[in-house]
Parts: sequence; structure tokens; C-alpha cells
Amino acid sequence: MVTLTIDGRQVQAEAGATILEVAQDNNIYIPTLCFNEAVKPYGACRLCLVEITRGKRERLVASCLYEVEEGLQVKTNSERISSNRRMLMELLLARCPNNKAIQDLARQLGVDGTNFKLEDKNCILCALCVRTCTEVVGVSAISLVNRGTDRQMATPFYEPSDVCIGCGSCAYVCPTGAIGFEDVGDTRHIYWPNNSMEFKLKKCSTCGKYWAPERQLEDIIKKANLASDAFDNCPDCRD
Amino acid sequence: MRKKRIVNRLNSSGELEALRQSIVGSRDPKKTCIVVCGGTGCLALGAEDVIAGFRQELRERGLESKIDLRITGCPGFCERGTLVVIKPENILYQQVRGEDVPEIISETIKGSIVDRLLYVDPNTGKKVTYENDVPFYKKQKRLLLGDNANIDPTIIDDYLALGGYTALSKALFKMSPEGIIEEVKKSGLRGRGGGGFPTGVKWETCRHAHGDTRYIICNCDEGDPGAFMDRSLMEGNPHSVLEGMIIGAYAIGGHEGYIYVRNEYPLAVKNAQIAIKQAEEYGLLGKNILGSGFDFAVKISRGGGAFVCGESTALMASLEGKVGEPRAKYVHTVEKGLYDKPTNLNNVETWANVPLIINNGAGWYSAIGSEGSKGTKIFSLVGKINNTGLVEVSMGISLREIIYDIGGGIPGGKKFKAVQTGGPSGGCIPESMLNLPVDFDQLTKAGSMMGSGGMIVMDEDTCMVDIAKYFVSFLEGESCGKCVPCREGLKRMSQILTDIAQGKGKDGDIGLLERLSSTLIDSSLCALGSSAPNPVLTTLRYFRDEYEAHIRDKRCPAGVCKELVTYLISEEKCPGCGLCVKACPVEAITFMGKKKPVVLDQEKCVKCGSCYDVCKLDAVIRE
Repeated sequence: MVTLTIDGRQVQAEAGATILEVAQDNNIYIPTLCFNEAVKPYGACRLCLVEITRGKRERLVASCLYEVEEGLQVKTNSERISSNRRMLMELLLARCPNNKAIQDLARQLGVDGTNFKLEDKNCILCALCVRTCTEVVGVSAISLVNRGTDRQMATPFYEPSDVCIGCGSCAYVCPTGAIGFEDVGDTRHIYWPNNSMEFKLKKCSTCGKYWAPERQLEDIIKKANLASDAFDNCPDCRD
Repeated sequence: MRKKRIVNRLNSSGELEALRQSIVGSRDPKKTCIVVCGGTGCLALGAEDVIAGFRQELRERGLESKIDLRITGCPGFCERGTLVVIKPENILYQQVRGEDVPEIISETIKGSIVDRLLYVDPNTGKKVTYENDVPFYKKQKRLLLGDNANIDPTIIDDYLALGGYTALSKALFKMSPEGIIEEVKKSGLRGRGGGGFPTGVKWETCRHAHGDTRYIICNCDEGDPGAFMDRSLMEGNPHSVLEGMIIGAYAIGGHEGYIYVRNEYPLAVKNAQIAIKQAEEYGLLGKNILGSGFDFAVKISRGGGAFVCGESTALMASLEGKVGEPRAKYVHTVEKGLYDKPTNLNNVETWANVPLIINNGAGWYSAIGSEGSKGTKIFSLVGKINNTGLVEVSMGISLREIIYDIGGGIPGGKKFKAVQTGGPSGGCIPESMLNLPVDFDQLTKAGSMMGSGGMIVMDEDTCMVDIAKYFVSFLEGESCGKCVPCREGLKRMSQILTDIAQGKGKDGDIGLLERLSSTLIDSSLCALGSSAPNPVLTTLRYFRDEYEAHIRDKRCPAGVCKELVTYLISEEKCPGCGLCVKACPVEAITFMGKKKPVVLDQEKCVKCGSCYDVCKLDAVIRE
């Protein structure tokens, strides 16, 4: 265990924990967009910046990545931090001016407009979808393509993916709702910012309801080594 | 031509020394040797013709046994390529072309000189016969580059003849790993890749890091526009880099190394491959080096040419076969680097300094340079400068000495305006600071940085807003796009600067640029983003009036920003010579007959400035 100070409060934490985790455990709010405890921290949105002091040196670090140290002094809300966060939100607001999640967070951080030319996007390239697809689902169907300002989230070559199982985890973790997802009849549609895919849904052999993408069920059967008829019935009709 | 020597593996320092003696003994120091630069700059200027010409001529005249021909790496004076030096006298011929070869050979065997190919000192108008007397070389201290002219980089014997691998032998048999680290620490060597971190301290931390496997990396991913220092070292003297790496590996306790070199440097890749193979054959690399029991293998990894892959964590990701994107370095790469193992990465030039320090001692090394920056630094001196090329100088020399004494000043009698040091994310330093001593700390204080050693000179015709716009748009294109401030911030900076350059700047733009800069510095994930505002901040600091002229008066004082410039023909001065009519690429200027002024159609004019450049009578006015 190590002892550190966050905003003047002395807190105990396990060695190896990040500042963000410790702050969250102690109900200290730090804004984030690219963090989700299901995947490894990434450090891209930079909103979780905090100011740390070690010796005489003060510096800003991404709290989602910085591991706690004995005696560390952390400030989560100095003027330096909030002016950086405001500018970051201004940049994101200019990128996604019509996105509710971004508008709300901007307002919450004291940003009510932006000085930059407006774009009309929803994806902030936080890579939560990509990281979830790789780290949690284990299929790596989507990735970030191109570099810099041309960066986009897509399947390889924007083609329908052979490996995507249609699970929709990407849509579920997206912090800005940039990935659309709907089941219509026997088909699941996933709408990514730059391309989309359709998936055939499996019909329950008892009630006849379409209840999950066939590819996803096949993937689970394969990975968990289940009987090939394990998912013939939907959860409601299973004994 | 030298015959290929067949050598068995060397199994001790004694065998290495004996080999060296035999190489030196077999060479006649008085024998004539024609040295031709085969570096990339000279190759671009036609060195291949010159080299082929010498080969053919020597063969046809039956002189192959009397005169040696050596193709070397870059000695630095690229402006005057193709460079040919006649040894042992050191007669320098410059701007040599294929057709000059027969005359050079004829005069050389007569013991005379081809006068017309000598360098003329523009300041005195006098011809300079010997290489060492050329002002470009005189003020340099060429510890690293000096040997380029004495070595055919594809022949390891050339390197051995000059004492190559003696430092390795000394390190392996006479020094302990800790002793080597201590020596490097005491030398004051700081990383030449840009960060300036003390090399010995880095080595020590890596040596003490947990784990059994340690990787050694040489960063040859030089990507700054106009910079070619590392390239020239790797092309011209790859063994010096390799020797440094082996010594470092021994000191740190690493057995596997990589040279990460961009594939756009084909000659550097090739010469590094040859050097590795030769060193392995001689037992200087691989298993049981020189019989010491120490193993170290080096592989080459070719980069795809992304600027960001020069950043250490992005480079390591790329080496692992992943997308070259940086990650946070809260745990340093010396502890957790390549494949999460302790990794020591140094730049080409840093590695090349190591054999010098081991051979000559920390005391000798630390006597060179300034208080906080020891040794020499290679700069690629480019832009509006008479002597374009590579210069190696003691740290602490003034910018003025580099630009005027070595670089020969600004061409065409123009006035100096600024020098940009440190690559695209360096800063622009104005004339008032030309006496600034060039070292890590002084450049940082001036708002710029040492970077890896780019030095771009600008004259009075340069618009500083345009320059800031250029560098920001370069960095915008090279940003990996991972973190918000770098990706989104650089895009916005670039838009604002473009607006200003097009006369669409607004009140408040300067403030916005400053606020954006501060966020990039504070919050970017890696040094690409945090140093990217330097060109904007330094031009704002030293040339703010130019920004204000663009924004407030919609005027570009240097006459560069097309949208803010109009070209007019002075009816009084124009004699109707028609030069500008020919020069205009869009037929916007009409010839109206002899002795009548030409007419410029503003609708068609694309403001390229060609008419302005060709008119010697000031009849084309730029407003």
C-alpha cells in the first residue's frame, strides 16, 4: 500500500493502481472520455490530466496511465488543469458540435462555445471500440486507419469484415454514440462512422424470435467448446 | 583496386592489433589515392558518372596498380559536389563532372593541378588548393565526420586501418561495464537525437533495470525536413556507429540490438548491412566477440518513413510490428521498452561518439564543448546559405560563426532574417541573437532546441507566418493522431495560420494560437505534440509585427503570401524586353512591341513571382 494526497486529502492505494482508479475509488471526480475499466488505459483524450508534484517539479500527467507513488501530491482541478481541459473540450466541440455527450461534458467543464470552424462528426477517435474489439471480444475486426487528421475508425479497407461477429460491443462502449446499432426483423445493422455491416440473426427454434447474430453464437460455441446446438433456443426458451 | 583480404575470425585483441598492423603495413601512405564522395548529395549531383569515369580511365590507362580509387561517404561540403580529393596531398576538386575525369588523371600523374576545378573563396576571390584550407572546413571540428573521407564504408579494413575497433577491444579487455558507464557519464555526452539526456545515466539505469533481456537500439529514423546528419554517418562510417553500439551493449548487458533506419535511406541501409556482415565475419559482432565471451547481435529494421517513428516509444512499437504510435513514458523505456523489456535507445550520432570517448578518455572529451554540452555536434546547414552541407562544430560555437564563417553567409547579397534550429518543431532565432552559443541549454532558452541538428537559414525574402504555417502543416501531416491536443490542435493551428496568410486573420487569432500552444505543450502525449508549437511561439516572440501586418493591414511584408501580394508593371521602368513575358507560366503578360511596357493581366496572374525574379530593372513591382 502507498499513501498519497489527492486535492489535499490523504488516501491509501494499492501499489500499481493508477491515479484515476484511486480517485474514482475515493469519489474524486476526474473527467474522462477514452477510459473504460474493461480495457487497458490509452491516454488519448487527455481530459484526465492531473497535476503532480514530485520534489520541486510540477507537471501534468494523464491520471489514467500514471501509477501512484508513495508521497505523491496530486491536484485534480487547478487553474492550469482546467484551462487545458477547456481547450481540449473546445477542440472536441468543434469536431462534434452536434453531439449530445460532447455538448454536455463541454458545458459541465465550463465551455459554452468554440472559436474554431465547426465540423460535424460524432467519433472522437478514442479507440474504445477498437480496444474493446481486440481486448474483450478478441476478434480485432475494426481498427483506426490512416494517420493524424485523416485518422478514422473503420474495418480494414472499409470492406465488410470477415471476422466481425456483430456483437455490438463497439456501439456499447462508444462514449459519444457514434456507432449505431439496430435489429430489424432477421437482420442486425451496425453503423460505424465510415461504413456499415449487416448480420443475420439466429431464429429461436421454439418461439421463433430472432435473438442474436449467428456469427456471434458460432464464435461463442467455438471459443467455449460448446455443442453445436447449444444456442438453438433463445435464453427465454432455454430450460 | 584493393584486393579482398581473406581473414579468419579474430579471437583476441592481439589478433585484431596484428591484423591492423598488416593492413597498415600493406598500404603505402605516399601512394596516390583519388577519393570520390559517393554520399547521397554527390550521387544526386552525378557522382556515379565521375566514379564510373575514374574506374574506366584508370583501367584503360593501366593505372589501377599505381593509383588507388576510394569511394567514400559524405565529407560535408555538399554545395560543391561532386567532391574529389587527391591524396596524400589533399587537393580538393569541386563540382567535378564525368567529363573532367581524364584531365584530373592526366594532371595527377604529372604531379600538377587542374586549376579550373579548384574552389574559389568568394570572399577573397582566391583559389584554394588544399581541402584543409577551405574556409568551410577550417572552423569545424570534425571528430565524427572527418573520417568519412578516409574510409570506404563498404571496406572494414579502411576503418580498422584508422584504429577502428580499438575502443571495443579496450572496453572488452581493459574496462568493466561499470567503468565504461562511469567514463561515458564523466564525458558529459548527451543524447544527440534531440532530448539531450545524459547518455551515461541512461545506460546506468538500463543496466540496473529488472530483467535478464536488455535491448540496444540505434535510432536512424531521421525525418526532419532538410536534415541528413545521421544518414551521412550511417552511410559514410557505419562501423563507428556499430562499434559504439557494441560497447554500449557490453556496458549495459544487452545481447540483442537493432538499427532502426528508414527505408528512404537506401544507401544507409545497404552500408549498415554490409558493415554488420563484415563485423560478424571478423568476429567483432555476434558470438564470443574477439574471444571475450561477450555476445551481441545486431539486426536492421527498416522503417516506413513516418516522422513520429523517430519518437522512441513509437519506434519500438514499429519494431514490434505494430502501428508506430507513441505511448506514455511514465515508466521509462530503459525499464520497459521493446517487448516491455529494458531498452536503451540512442541516436546514430550518440553511438558514434562512444568509441572516441573510450579511446581518448572522458577528460579529453569533456574539454571540448560548452559548460553543459560536451563534444561536437553535426548540423545540416541548409536553406538560404552559400555553403549548404554538413558541419560539425564544437558545442558552444556561435550561430554567427556557423552561418557566416563556415556557411559563407547568405547568397545573392540578401540580408539574414532567421535561423530555424532543431527540425520542424524547433524555433526560429532572429538576427539579434546570432551571437548565441549553440548548445542544448542556450537553444532551449531561446525558445528553440537542438533537436537532432537541423539548421535552416532564412533570408529577408522569407515570411515568418508562412514559415510557421509550413512547419505546423508538416507536423499536422506527421502527427499520429492518437491524442486530442496534437491531432485536433495542430489542425486548428494550421487553419488559423492559413487564414492569416490569406488575409483572413482576425483580432484574437494570435491569442488563440498562444492558448492552443500552451495546451499542446502541457497536454500532448508525446514530444511531437508538446514541441510542435515552437515554430509558432518563436515567430510570435521575435516577429510578432509580421503577424500583425498580415492580420491588421492585410499585408505580407516579405511579399510571400500570394493572397496579400499584387504584381504591377512600372510603365516608366519597363523597356519591353519581354523577359517576363517568357517567364510567365500562365501567359498573363502581353508583349506590346519594342520599347513599350508590357501589360500584366491581373485576372490571369497566379502571383508566382517569376516576372519579379527575372526582371533586373525593377520594372516589376511587388506590393
